[in-house]
Amino acid sequence: MWKYEKRLQYPVKISRPNAQMALFIASQYGGPDGEMGASMRYLSQRYAMPYNMAKAVLTDIGTEELAHLEIVAAIIHQLTKGLTAQEIKDSGLGAYYIDHAAGIWPQAAGGVPFQATEFQSKGDPITDLFEDLAAEQKARSTYDNILRVVTDPEVCDPIRYLRQREIAHFQRFGEALRDVQEHLDSRNFYDFNPAFDKKS
Amino acid sequence: MMKDQEKKKQLLEQVDQYGFAMDDILLYLDTHPDDRHAIEYFRCVQKSYHDAVKDYESVSGPLTYDHESEDVWNWIEGPWPWEGEETYVEI
Repeated sequence: MWKYEKRLQYPVKISRPNAQMALFIASQYGGPDGEMGASMRYLSQRYAMPYNMAKAVLTDIGTEELAHLEIVAAIIHQLTKGLTAQEIKDSGLGAYYIDHAAGIWPQAAGGVPFQATEFQSKGDPITDLFEDLAAEQKARSTYDNILRVVTDPEVCDPIRYLRQREIAHFQRFGEALRDVQEHLDSRNFYDFNPAFDKKS
Repeated sequence: MMKDQEKKKQLLEQVDQYGFAMDDILLYLDTHPDDRHAIEYFRCVQKSYHDAVKDYESVSGPLTYDHESEDVWNWIEGPWPWEGEETYVEI
């Protein structure tokens, strides 16, 4: 189970609203490499994981991603606070505003709604952990793309923090993958799926 | 009043810092469960984190609802974490 801790994992204090930046950053809420997909991916994959180390890593990183989802939402919320409808329209956030006003909704920067097809849960430990490694790099690239267009230091600061965590998570997933492989036959890691097949 | 806000901010910063140290060593220990130095580090950060939580909650509200210790329901009091420093008037 989860219990809410009434604070952000990393503080967000933005004093200058900017609707266009809010739309860009919304991609890390519900976009293809965003925090919603990240948390759902890891928390869903852990049930098929046969080894304790990877179960712990998926649970704990999945939990941290929920905290990151909240940080991204806080950034969007504060970037759109107090804007008028005209300001929103002029900034390119108009189409979003029509459906959500200044509410938070999971979509990519280009307007594509969040979809479960943005992540896999393949029920195969090696496949899933390779996806997780790729996911951390894709999220890191997206944060790098965001950092090239964001100039407000109050926005850059929490975005840089989130980017660094992608790198820490990549490292831990690499270690979890190595542990999974150590449980398997090094002559052929793919001899059987340890989450599904019974070893004869 | 201003002094109170400043104090709360400072104490929350302590919780955030020790909280982050906890979050990070957690993932390291998951993949290095036999590292005795890391476990020692965890013990040390764990104590600082719990102390920081206690200090913050003594001047602010509870961080988790089960830490509610008064006869009034402080849990619903804002600002909520995503609101930043906004002073918000309920209508």
